[in-house]
Amino acid sequence: MAAPDSSTQQAAGGLRALVVGGSSGLGAALVRQLVREGGRVAAIARGGDALESLAREVSGEASRAGGVLFVHAHDVRDTAAVPALFETIVRELDGLDLLVYTAGIMPPVGRTEYETEKDLDIMAVNFGGLVAWGNQAAQLFRTQRAGALVGISSIYGNRGRKGNPAYGASKAAMDNWLEALRNRLAGEGVHVCTVKPGYLSTRMNAGREGMFWVASPEQAAAAVLQAARTGANVRYVLRRWRVVGTLLYFIPSFVFRRLEF
Amino acid sequence: MPPGLAKPAPGPRRSYELVEGWGMAVAAPARVLRPRNVDEIRACFELARRDGVPLGLRGTGNSYGDASVNAAGHVLDISRMDRILRWDPATGVAELEPGVTVRQLWQRILPDGWWPRVASGTMFPTVAGALAMNVHGKNNYVAGTFGDACLEFDIVLPSGEVRTASREREPELFHAAIGGFGMLGCFSRVVLQTHRVHSGNLKVKALRAGNLRGMLDLMESRRATADYLVGWIDAFPGGAHSGRGLVHAASYQAPGEDPEPARSQTVSYQELPPTILGFPKADVWRILRLFNNDRGMRLINAVKYHVGRLEAAHGPRLQSHAGFAFLLDYVPNWKFAYGTEPGRRGLIQFQSFLPQAAAHDAWQEMLARCRAARLVPYLGVLKRHRSDPFWMTHAVDGWSLAMDFKVTPENRARLWDHCRTMTETVLAAGGRFYFAKDLVLGPEAVARFLPARDLQRFLALKRRLDPEGLLQTNLSRRLLEPLAAGAEGR
Repeated sequence: MAAPDSSTQQAAGGLRALVVGGSSGLGAALVRQLVREGGRVAAIARGGDALESLAREVSGEASRAGGVLFVHAHDVRDTAAVPALFETIVRELDGLDLLVYTAGIMPPVGRTEYETEKDLDIMAVNFGGLVAWGNQAAQLFRTQRAGALVGISSIYGNRGRKGNPAYGASKAAMDNWLEALRNRLAGEGVHVCTVKPGYLSTRMNAGREGMFWVASPEQAAAAVLQAARTGANVRYVLRRWRVVGTLLYFIPSFVFRRLEF
Repeated sequence: MPPGLAKPAPGPRRSYELVEGWGMAVAAPARVLRPRNVDEIRACFELARRDGVPLGLRGTGNSYGDASVNAAGHVLDISRMDRILRWDPATGVAELEPGVTVRQLWQRILPDGWWPRVASGTMFPTVAGALAMNVHGKNNYVAGTFGDACLEFDIVLPSGEVRTASREREPELFHAAIGGFGMLGCFSRVVLQTHRVHSGNLKVKALRAGNLRGMLDLMESRRATADYLVGWIDAFPGGAHSGRGLVHAASYQAPGEDPEPARSQTVSYQELPPTILGFPKADVWRILRLFNNDRGMRLINAVKYHVGRLEAAHGPRLQSHAGFAFLLDYVPNWKFAYGTEPGRRGLIQFQSFLPQAAAHDAWQEMLARCRAARLVPYLGVLKRHRSDPFWMTHAVDGWSLAMDFKVTPENRARLWDHCRTMTETVLAAGGRFYFAKDLVLGPEAVARFLPARDLQRFLALKRRLDPEGLLQTNLSRRLLEPLAAGAEGR
């Protein structure tokens, strides 16, 4: 009976990993990196096309490194479909060491826009999907007493900004939920990590003005894997963002509401 | 899909997990289905049928071996059906959903002056699991097994039909499903008779004996007067000290003896202390792990035996029911001292049941063989039993000795060989085994310890109620299927 043994898997460099939101940006960079290390990787994204081209792109590298990539089209708002798809993926990967939830949307929100459906859709993708996938992973990881769950959150979750209330709230919800799972599972051999990338040069941020200290998706992917392996709790991709993120908590409300951050 | 937080799929909750035996020496990934009502139990049967795989029934997974592991299919986990349906403090009858745990039960009934008639050594099993494995407590010799405390149950058959069984109504199903390790159907309602108590405390007396003969004699001398009896033995020393240990004999308090039963019967009074010698209990297993080797355990066992002298010199003391009954829960997760790699490291418990006359010599021979093989159990527990009417029962009019062995990837094959040899000794002495503990027996051993009549009528009932063989576990494939195949061939 082959019991999962994460330590040997990790020593060999080849993680069995699932990236939810793996077709573009940070997710795609993670998939490339994991496959390059010889991992057995599954990637999930809403559009099948981007996934297929990613699969074609990495197939050569994957076979050279001994890795393999499986792709699945899935809308993370369809939480009812998650348990079955999770099982399919764990079976094809022959176990699971790491789940990274990087699916997220940040539609522009007008300064006078108060749209319930739009706001709740943001919550559904960014937070609801994490809960659905994270709950499945938590049950597997705690029973095998090994595994890492990483959620890609945002520094925007640290405070309630004027700019995009639902996006910030979804990230704050992620932060709190991930911290709670981290505390719940700490004694059971499971690691839960929150990553706050700061600005990334990805499609989500394309054309966005006023970005600074921008990291590449590749840098962010490396930071995610390092955080998962070393057991970091909250990880900012560029260290200076941690300073900003921490200071944000201390800005008094009457000052914060005057900032255009 | 409309925007917003989507609804979950209808039907039983579902996850994909590593399902392990409590002793951690066996584990297999499986789809785990958690029904919330009878319709969802039926849906679980249908799902397994549609996928063409067998379904294993599981409570909270407290069987040491592979009784609730199913490497070949799905697992039905009954723990979500955990409502207490009816509790009558006048009669002590409790009507329960199958996933109610022994813990929920005692916490509900003790403030009214009742206690489970049979309480397992841990409070976490579900009543369905306890019934399916027909578990016992430290009072087996007076109160019988868990099945003896059951008045009636409902069971969902693989066909989807729900049947009600009791001693009067469907007595065959009653005596086969209790102890039938989930092979005939899934319990969906359990009615239990509980026991009247007049205090939250027991009077507990410790006694010490220098060898196994002394232990058995001590326990026998207390059998007529004690309500509970349990012996602990130190399996390390040989010669004249072989089987030395401590006996704990406990008795209920008589009406009026406890001046404040309302206080001692509260849940908070019963709760086990949160620290042990100043350490937070949740982390004590990490300290135990340092001693989890032959030298460390030889030391701990010896210290326990010698410190027992102080306890034995003392008169009877009061101990809460929970503190006395649920010894295994005293140190949370103590099993992790044996390792935390499911399926690779852990423990097995080899518990043999022997008739009164044969017990001493057979166990002395087994203990000597353990020492010679350098496979010494880290824990040995003696209990007194009586026979019961259930077809697949382990209980005998005699004794049981439970031995905990550490399992490592290195010693596994050798340990299994060792257990095979001990099994032969037990069978030759007319002994029995217990499916809740087992991970090592072969089908031929079962065919030898169960009376042929009981085994054959059980197999026949299994064929009738579950003709497609939907209900299976690793245990049933290991022990029952080869016998069923043999029976059909005949």
